Amino acid sequence: MSTLSANIESENLGSVSHDTHAHEHHDTSGDTIFGFWLYLMTDCLLFASFFATYAVLFMNTAGGVSGKDIFELDFVAVETAALLISSITFGFAMIAAQGQKKALTLTWLFITFCLGAVFIGMEVYEFHHLIVHGHGPQTSAFLTSFFSLVGLHGLHVTAGLIWMSIMMIEVAKRGLGKPTVTRLSCLSLFWHFLDIVWICVFTVVYLMGAM
Amino acid sequence: MSFLGKLSLDAIPFHEPIIMVTMAVIAIVGLVIVALITKYKKWGVLWHDWITSVDHKRLGVMYILLALIMLFRGFSDAIMMRAQLALATSGAPGYLPPEHYDQIFTAHGVIMIIFMAMPFMIGLMNIVLPLQIGARDVAFPFLNNLSFWFTASGAILINLSLVFGEFAKTGWVAYPPLSELTFSPGVGVDYYIWALQISGLGTLLTAVNFLVTVIKMRAPGMTLMKMPIFTWTCTWANILIAASFPILTAVLAMLTLDRYLDFHFFTNEAGGNAMMYINLFWAWGHPEVYILVLPAFGIFSEIISTFTGKRLFGYKSMVYASGAISILGFIVWLHHFFTMGSSANVNAFFGVMTMVIAVPTGVKLFNWLFTIYRGRLRITVPVLWTLGFMVTFTIGGMTGVLLAIPGADYVLHNSLFLIAHFHNTIIGGAVFGYLAGFVFWFPKAMGFKLSEKWGKASFWCWIVGFFVAFMPLYVLGFLGMTRRLNHTNNPDWNIWLYIAAGGAAIIMFGIIFQAVQLYVSFRDREALDDKTGDPWNAHTLEWATSSPPQVYNFATIPHIKDIDAWTDIKERGLAYQDKESYSPIHMPKNTASGILIAASLTAFCFAMIWHIWWLAGVGFVSAIAFFIKRCYTNDVDYYIQPEEIARTESIYNSSGNKELNA
Repeated sequence: MSTLSANIESENLGSVSHDTHAHEHHDTSGDTIFGFWLYLMTDCLLFASFFATYAVLFMNTAGGVSGKDIFELDFVAVETAALLISSITFGFAMIAAQGQKKALTLTWLFITFCLGAVFIGMEVYEFHHLIVHGHGPQTSAFLTSFFSLVGLHGLHVTAGLIWMSIMMIEVAKRGLGKPTVTRLSCLSLFWHFLDIVWICVFTVVYLMGAM
Repeated sequence: MSFLGKLSLDAIPFHEPIIMVTMAVIAIVGLVIVALITKYKKWGVLWHDWITSVDHKRLGVMYILLALIMLFRGFSDAIMMRAQLALATSGAPGYLPPEHYDQIFTAHGVIMIIFMAMPFMIGLMNIVLPLQIGARDVAFPFLNNLSFWFTASGAILINLSLVFGEFAKTGWVAYPPLSELTFSPGVGVDYYIWALQISGLGTLLTAVNFLVTVIKMRAPGMTLMKMPIFTWTCTWANILIAASFPILTAVLAMLTLDRYLDFHFFTNEAGGNAMMYINLFWAWGHPEVYILVLPAFGIFSEIISTFTGKRLFGYKSMVYASGAISILGFIVWLHHFFTMGSSANVNAFFGVMTMVIAVPTGVKLFNWLFTIYRGRLRITVPVLWTLGFMVTFTIGGMTGVLLAIPGADYVLHNSLFLIAHFHNTIIGGAVFGYLAGFVFWFPKAMGFKLSEKWGKASFWCWIVGFFVAFMPLYVLGFLGMTRRLNHTNNPDWNIWLYIAAGGAAIIMFGIIFQAVQLYVSFRDREALDDKTGDPWNAHTLEWATSSPPQVYNFATIPHIKDIDAWTDIKERGLAYQDKESYSPIHMPKNTASGILIAASLTAFCFAMIWHIWWLAGVGFVSAIAFFIKRCYTNDVDYYIQPEEIARTESIYNSSGNKELNA
């Protein structure tokens, strides 16, 4: 399996990569990770726009509920803990991947996946709970911007979970060749980035909203 | 909901003769093109060498082709509007009913900015930038192909709105609450949203791609402050794209949620705030105009230094001035709506920041003038465009400073004075720049020069037509005429409207002459052949390759010692030298994945516009499936062998030496 993976010349997002002939070429996995990091910065601005909109609209409750009325901090604290711990476990997965320990990498990835799924499950429950109690996003500009900002983050985490499941298949089938580790590094950046964004969401939306 | 959502035969505007005739013409032209391709058996070439190509030079050519087609469409809209306004004076209704006219001015704005200017700029950047930094391609060649097809998808969606349904009637900014479902219940705004969304994604990916290319793939020895000035201005533009296009993505997504799921971001009801849209829109929209104009400044810089035979005056100040413009460009957006009624202090801040931009822009103008000073300027077509720009853009800049005064803006807001101002800067700045770059780099991309005679004819029609068409609009602005009027009833305005229509007709000849120029040059391509790859005796690395360049650009990557790297190589007598041996060159393979992903997403967008939910699902899932399949394809690259490189290089070097000795 490992000899097979060493022979695989794959690429991420089309980079011309993994040139075994050393002449004139630099190692392009660095380019891929840098490019992905740049993409994350643009994603950060996408979130910033939604944060700005939330900041403008959160007081426009149109006579309906405000954050104080609907946020349950205990619930969100558990949700937050799940996501933060998943960042640590992804870190362990990356350490295992750098050490070429396939089984260990897969284990940590699976734990990360489960924690991420817990986070998403709790978020879906919270949204459902709000909607059935008549506090859906169509009710007021506050709820519109709340659902959109938190939902945007949730969509990202969902995409991360899909990506993670594909990566688990890749690691299981191809082992930990260089292209695979590069991709894991990108996913890891993505996952930690979503964690940082969530800390902002938790602070700005839930903590400041409930106070 | 039916199988085809809201789409039915009623969506096709059979009752609009203008649209039906247009459609017929497009259909006939399309059939002729298909027939010609079939007759000359070019389908294989088209597919293998162009559509699936990941070569940045070919993608650049396709971008510019798209831009020229869209220029034709956008200009048709323009001349229809000018004709309508010239006919609909003194209370006459003209020939375009308001609901059609409103779609035309919206389409004109969107097409000219997003689907003419942007692809033109990105096309030139694609062709030139990797060559200028001595790279073999961009960092992510497949992504580059994908970006192009996303842009093309947006253009296709906009043109589909001609046949199926309608386009937005909101103006190109689509301000809510007018663009909300309550006031725009049709599919027009949805076309607008999805076309911008998909092409915006393409633009964003391009910026990321080129930023990585510039930062990671410069030739050895080329420090940042040795990069050619066009590369620098493109890099600033790419930074602006990366920083501003996500805001457009966000604001369009919010409008989508309002329209599709009854959210309340910008509605009149339930606490929505329409001004939030306008703020976010211009937080993207203002940087966008600098994205358009900064690369044009780079083009003028390259042209002026090439045709004076001198080094560019004030290279460093040029780099820093571009940076200053980029940063200032982010803190002026509120000048688009001083009339929102912010406090006087807020308006004053944005007014002052706007005026400050004139300083770095002035620095650039003086740098160009000092480059010309004591040089021996060859008056070629690119130089004519540059000189025309320097005069025209200065006027546009000054009216901009005038508009930056909040008090004056309260009078001139949304008047034709504003329309004259931004056409003055966008045509006189960006479009002249792209047309200059088109003539300048055409031999590099295609291997032969363009006819000087027809180029000059085109230039003079453009610049004269521009002044005749737009100076009257300044007057009309002072006379109180606002934008987006369908018909007028003020005899004082009539004469100016007639003159403006005449100006548009003169510009039309400029465009026709450009088509003639292309035809004549193609016919005489043997005589206009560029054998050396350096027809203008230019300074930078893109001229150190054959015309058109080999697929691998450089057989050996040059070591850079000077800003004007090619001049330096020529002066040291190292140009056109055969190497003793070459190494194999690693190249990416062409791929159909880009067009397949883009086609799937186009189907998704079209389905979203018409509420065909099953097709939206199919389009979205298949786009992701194609992407994943691409990620797990192993057969993506190949090597060009040294013998083949030696053969092609010796042909290029010997013809270059022949010309040098002649």
